[in-house]
Amino acid sequence: MDLSAADINAITLTLKLATLVTLVLLVISTPIALWLVHSQSRWRPVVNAVVALPLVLPPSVLGFYLLISMGPNGLIGQTTMALGLGTLPFTFAGLVVASVLYSLPFVVQPIQNTLASLGQRPAEVAATLGAGPVDTFFRVTLPLAKPGFLTAAVLGFAHTVGEFGVVLMIGGNIPDETRVISLQIYDHVEALQYDQAHSLSLLMVGFAFVVLLALYGLRQPAGGRSWT
Amino acid sequence: MDLTLKPVMNSRLLSQTESPQPDGSADIRLDIQLDRGDFCLAANLCLPATGVSVLFGHSGSGKTTLLRCLAGLERASGNVNFGQQCWQSERHWLATHKRPLAYVFQEASLFDHLSARGNLDFAASRAHKRKGPQADPAQHHNFDDVVEMLGIGHTLERYPQQLSGGERQRVAIARALLSQPQLLLMDEPLAALDEQRKQEILPYLERMKTSLKLPIVYVTHSIQEVTRLADYLVAMEAGQVVAHGGLADTLSDPAFPIKLGEEAGVVLEGVLQQRDSQWQLACLRFDEQFDLWLRDCERPLNSAIRARILARDVSLSNSRHHDSSIQNAWPVTVESIHDSDHPALALVRVRAGSTALLARMTRKSVAELQLASGKSVWAQVKSAALV
Repeated sequence: MDLSAADINAITLTLKLATLVTLVLLVISTPIALWLVHSQSRWRPVVNAVVALPLVLPPSVLGFYLLISMGPNGLIGQTTMALGLGTLPFTFAGLVVASVLYSLPFVVQPIQNTLASLGQRPAEVAATLGAGPVDTFFRVTLPLAKPGFLTAAVLGFAHTVGEFGVVLMIGGNIPDETRVISLQIYDHVEALQYDQAHSLSLLMVGFAFVVLLALYGLRQPAGGRSWT
Repeated sequence: MDLTLKPVMNSRLLSQTESPQPDGSADIRLDIQLDRGDFCLAANLCLPATGVSVLFGHSGSGKTTLLRCLAGLERASGNVNFGQQCWQSERHWLATHKRPLAYVFQEASLFDHLSARGNLDFAASRAHKRKGPQADPAQHHNFDDVVEMLGIGHTLERYPQQLSGGERQRVAIARALLSQPQLLLMDEPLAALDEQRKQEILPYLERMKTSLKLPIVYVTHSIQEVTRLADYLVAMEAGQVVAHGGLADTLSDPAFPIKLGEEAGVVLEGVLQQRDSQWQLACLRFDEQFDLWLRDCERPLNSAIRARILARDVSLSNSRHHDSSIQNAWPVTVESIHDSDHPALALVRVRAGSTALLARMTRKSVAELQLASGKSVWAQVKSAALV
């Protein structure tokens, strides 16, 4: 298997993107999941639906609207320009924003499911033992929901690595900036460089398999939960 | 079941026990209302600051909800005061984690990600954070003492999944104590356990009750737990408090609103006066003059013990029978005659000194003995059980 310098760059860029996106997603998905589990608001189904939208939308549709809203005439574009950041399309930062939106349901839903199955009881017990809300979250909820957070991180990372349509719409195909592995493979195929395409594709297959293996390994019950 | 809300029906009972402690300074006072559409809870209560107060009622009577309101886990409207400390009023809300209480839940509530010791440490390390109105260093629960009292020394390094149901609940109780509460709330802590585990834990609870100066509010639907643990009894039905008062007063009231049927009876508290080793009998002296002989027990002389006398085990006669197998007979005065759960039966309340007993008999016997209020008769107790 021989990888060109451009291939290596694509791989590095992809890993950098996926790592950053996963971290951002974990931070913003946790409060969303907590709200979705505990809120009595009538807006709950709406938020649930919005979070799940990327699951059913073609990536090109999501990418198209992101392109427009992040462009010079869009709401996000106007804001970023007013802040002196320029516009986001065709930049790494733009790719991060788009990927976060695109992978959101893959991170929110596992966290939401774990928190829901945990129920209110652990937090109630912690409160009766004198633990405040922040203390309770870090010392009780987070450790008990750890499998859900791990699943969420793995899924978010893997899904970001595998995206294509959104990147194409938002990022273009700029080496070292937005050219991730999936685009690099596309370029190889376009140029009829099937050997190079094979090398990268096999790498992706291996990666996907390892990720799924890890995921199903995580779901092995590590001792019965007594919370019902 | 009649679901319409009944007003507090027993005014005599209520007025008699309005203030369990005359000074009222350290009492738990609550006056709360909660309307959930299909279920309404309304309670205006003053619970004593010492001993075990039991909230007693059938499932769905609102006793657990009342306990959760007291803990601040449920938001009702109204006032909750613990001694001089206001926990809830119209403008004030003290969050659960700031109230100096601990709560033992019905099912095992240990943190699965921590060992038994980790669970205990979780409570101990947060105990200093909430100082209540009357924090007393003499009432500090020492780690080793609590572990010893609840017999959980062998479980400390194990995880909750590796403990039996009874052990889990004992660790949960120890954890509650190590959070150094000034009020312990227990929500049917034995209900999820089988009979054997219950009998295993009850002695620990009795030990806690006698050795700790910690007020306990205890929810149960079991009359057995009431008779063994309660000092003060609150009866609930359909979200309302229907009677409350000292244990002896409430249980000996024939109008006690929760129908106990065969289980109707009184609890006598007395001193283990003497024992008869020849016949394996022990003597419980109550009211300083009446002796109740029953099967001997392990407890030391002069210790305070409780015996339960069911109404169906008490009979009345106009003269003393000397040719009977019954050992316990006392002269008593008939106080009142009430309906029982069957039209053929009556509940007769009699008084021996200042102690009230209940006797259940047929209406026919009442007529033939010409029982009436004020009449002096003999009460025979066929059997009594230490609780």
